[in-house]
Amino acid sequence: MSFPVILFFICAAMAVLGAILLIVAREPIHSALSLILVMVSLAILYLLLGAEFIAAVQIIVYAGAIMVLFVFVIMLLNAGVEERTSWSKMAKYAGMPLAIFLLLEIAHWVWRASVGAKVANGAGAAQAAFSTHDLAMALFQQYLFPFEATSILILIAILGALVLAKRSE
Amino acid sequence: MDFISNHAVLVVSLIKIAVLLFVVMTALAYLTWFERKVVARIQSRWGPYYVGAHGLLQPLADGLKFLFKEDLTPPSSDRFVYILAPFLALSLALTTLALIPFGPPSIQVLGQPVFVIANSNIGLLFLFAITSIGVYGVALAGWSSNSKYPLLGGLRSSAQMISYEVSLTLSVVGVLLLAGSFSFNGIIERQAGNIGHWNVWPQIVGFLCYITAAIAETNRVPFDLPEAETELVAGFHTEYSSFKFAMFFMAEYANMITVSCLATILFFGGWLSPLPDSWTWQLYLPGAGLIALGLYCAYDTVKEMRGIARLQLSVVTLMALVAGAICLMPPVMHVIQGPFWFVAKVGLFIFFYVWIRGTLPRFRYDQLMSFGWKLLLPVSLANLVVTALVILLVKR
Repeated sequence: MSFPVILFFICAAMAVLGAILLIVAREPIHSALSLILVMVSLAILYLLLGAEFIAAVQIIVYAGAIMVLFVFVIMLLNAGVEERTSWSKMAKYAGMPLAIFLLLEIAHWVWRASVGAKVANGAGAAQAAFSTHDLAMALFQQYLFPFEATSILILIAILGALVLAKRSE
Repeated sequence: MDFISNHAVLVVSLIKIAVLLFVVMTALAYLTWFERKVVARIQSRWGPYYVGAHGLLQPLADGLKFLFKEDLTPPSSDRFVYILAPFLALSLALTTLALIPFGPPSIQVLGQPVFVIANSNIGLLFLFAITSIGVYGVALAGWSSNSKYPLLGGLRSSAQMISYEVSLTLSVVGVLLLAGSFSFNGIIERQAGNIGHWNVWPQIVGFLCYITAAIAETNRVPFDLPEAETELVAGFHTEYSSFKFAMFFMAEYANMITVSCLATILFFGGWLSPLPDSWTWQLYLPGAGLIALGLYCAYDTVKEMRGIARLQLSVVTLMALVAGAICLMPPVMHVIQGPFWFVAKVGLFIFFYVWIRGTLPRFRYDQLMSFGWKLLLPVSLANLVVTALVILLVKR
């Protein structure tokens, strides 16, 4: 096995472990930390695919900015330990089979697309397609209108949050 | 031999990491000595004096003290996170140094550049990525201690680091526009020539914003609100003792080195010499400087020192003279130029940091926040817009 493949499996295992811990952990801060672990391992997976820019932005935006605010709010509110409720009947009898079905479906498609093989030998091939310069060109020329529309959408969301927060005071 | 040539990247990288860690750890230890000496001089005191000649062995004594102190863990703390926090702080602070080029990429061993560990096309972005998660060390330390003052300190520092990170990043974008590249080597090579080609001159506003935000980012005076001892005992690391405390301490100094390196690269030409290339006598400067230091130490040894201190200082003298002689040998002389200028510039920034600490009083918390959001952010944004406009007009 080559080095990238080993690294892929380590990071994939870390991401899955983080995702499970996120749900299982009872302390909100532990959940937040697990989510950071997931995001950082995803960033390393992007790096393995040759997408340097996306990897860096993934860490800066998600792990570095959004999760810091999560942790900040949890600290500020001093949120206590979660309370567990017993599983509802719905979750037991309908949820579990559906979850297993979903997992099998994902496994099937992953198997067919053989993502692992792409990660293993795709680093060099994907590099050219994913350079920062190309990304910028695509974003600010070909997809300029969707990009600007998204920024306005986000701005509206921020304004909405501000208005809602102000009203309750 | 086959193994080494087949795995050149791995072998050379590991050696570089070991050497860099050794150098940086020693530098961190002596940075505390340097800071105490300079602040003492500013305040008309002597600073460390008794452990070794001129207190030169003080860092060693401090290190031993930290190792042997009792390591207390508060019973009500969250043990895992409590232990994780100092490790996170120090390892992230040291990781950033892997991206810094200390010398030109043309000097290579086995086809690998010697003076940088990870040579990335988007080095600057990766550096910001790593520093952006550096805040967790402080925030988690404050939370996991489960105690009033650390929590307040952790909250303050998270708020402060988030606020100033925005200005820090924006103040750098002007340089990126000038260089048209995220790679450190690209940014440095654009400033080639003499001191007049450096980015400080066109980006003076960006530089002032950067250095202000950088001091706030590293939680140093006058922005050291997270550890304001009159209000918060010792802030986020109040409950930490022994080596875990030392790790926070080292992380703070490592961060200082990182932002100084970044300032050197972005605004002061990195490993480039400030003098024009035609002045060939500058090649002798590193060796001459070390020999001058050695001669001064020799004078001091004979004139001022008594007893064991005399022996200690003569060792320093010998080391400086030998290092100076090595630096004057022709092959070494050329290799050493890049790192010499880089370290000299970083040293100036560190001195500037200490100078600020010895001079300015601490801000109030509301002053800190309004300064960051109402002055620093608009100014760095305006700098960005003006730079972009000028570049656009010049290119037309």
